[in-house]
Amino acid sequence: MNEILDKIKQKYNAEDVTIQRERLAFVTVSKNLAIDAVTWLRDYEGFSHFVMMSCVDWMEDGKFQLLYLLHNPETKIDLGVKTYIDRENSVMESAHHLWKQVWTYQRELREAFGIDFPGSPRIEENFVLEGWEDIPHMRREFNTKEYSENTYFPRPGRETYDPATYMQQKLYPNQPVTAKRKDNDK
Amino acid sequence: MSEKDMNSKVNEMLARSEANVKNSGKKFVRPEDEEREVVAPDGSIIKVNPIYDYFSGARPEEEKPRNGIVEKFLNWARAESIWVLGFGTGCGSIEIPPLVTPRFDMFRFGVQMRPTPRQSNAFIISGYLSVKTLKRVIRTYEQMPSPKYVLALGSCTINGGMYYDSYSTINRLDHYIPVDVYIAGCMPRPEALLAGFAKLKELIKAGKAEKANEYARNFDWYKANQKKIVKDWNMPDYNW
Repeated sequence: MNEILDKIKQKYNAEDVTIQRERLAFVTVSKNLAIDAVTWLRDYEGFSHFVMMSCVDWMEDGKFQLLYLLHNPETKIDLGVKTYIDRENSVMESAHHLWKQVWTYQRELREAFGIDFPGSPRIEENFVLEGWEDIPHMRREFNTKEYSENTYFPRPGRETYDPATYMQQKLYPNQPVTAKRKDNDK
Repeated sequence: MSEKDMNSKVNEMLARSEANVKNSGKKFVRPEDEEREVVAPDGSIIKVNPIYDYFSGARPEEEKPRNGIVEKFLNWARAESIWVLGFGTGCGSIEIPPLVTPRFDMFRFGVQMRPTPRQSNAFIISGYLSVKTLKRVIRTYEQMPSPKYVLALGSCTINGGMYYDSYSTINRLDHYIPVDVYIAGCMPRPEALLAGFAKLKELIKAGKAEKANEYARNFDWYKANQKKIVKDWNMPDYNW
């Protein structure tokens, strides 16, 4: 494990190395070197299995964090390569030439976060939603409750109760309520 | 109806369909629905216009109840033959298979499953309904022959249930297709579904399950609601 981490640190200036457990580690690589690093891991270090690709929205920092999770079937090591891309101009180099399943992940990320991967096959097609016109729904500024209320005719009279308080009132109506509600958002 | 009447009715329908296609532009015409020429097995060339050839341009029509005892007899007969479409939309569809087993056995109530909307008259919307599925539900519902009944299963169809704030699932089913019976719960057990069928039969016998007519009557309202959320409306307006 340490061997591969040392190598990637030396070769690609990997920062922020986290060893999660014995066979799982994450490194952060700059945007320009990320695909190079993933290619190198696949071709020379035996990380031939692509586990998944995902994205985290760091809205406060104005950044998206992309994660390429790779697996080495020989040594059974999982290595996550993270990289930050700009949130406003979210374009990332495509990795579709490395594994075919990356196509699907990149289509999903484009629909959910609006990240563009130029050159990725079928990237323009709908992934799950059809005819979505609003901002990408997984961006954190998208307010799903507000969207739902404006779009889907909410039924009036819907109320939310705290189960502890509600049950106490039902079971012991004559006694003062001692159970405290934990979350205040309805 | 005489042959002449029939022909004039068909022509009227075709004209209306043509007007619909013109009014809506080409927006909903997908590549496979475009007018084209195909070669038949015998080598002759046939013109195909799927919008006319495959779809009906007619709006659904209201069917007036017949007089007195005839309608009562028909309703009794309808109540005893409920043919459910095998179409699962959400998590609730897992509650339907047990009904076909000896334990719950819906056949004893005259309820059975069919694989195609053309042969069924009851539609169970089983749980949460995403917009994508709703589009298919509308197409399927309009293909079913009248009189048809809709059972809405689970709280998601009533007020959105636990998905009330989701961007992709609808909150109230009755704004998109008319609902005869709601079966509340999350999830309702198969017994609740059987109770729902019993309620539906009661309604049919009482002549109150006339929601297919309501759909025809308020067709524009339903279509407007449906089009509000189905943004890529790429099907003909009055399908089948």
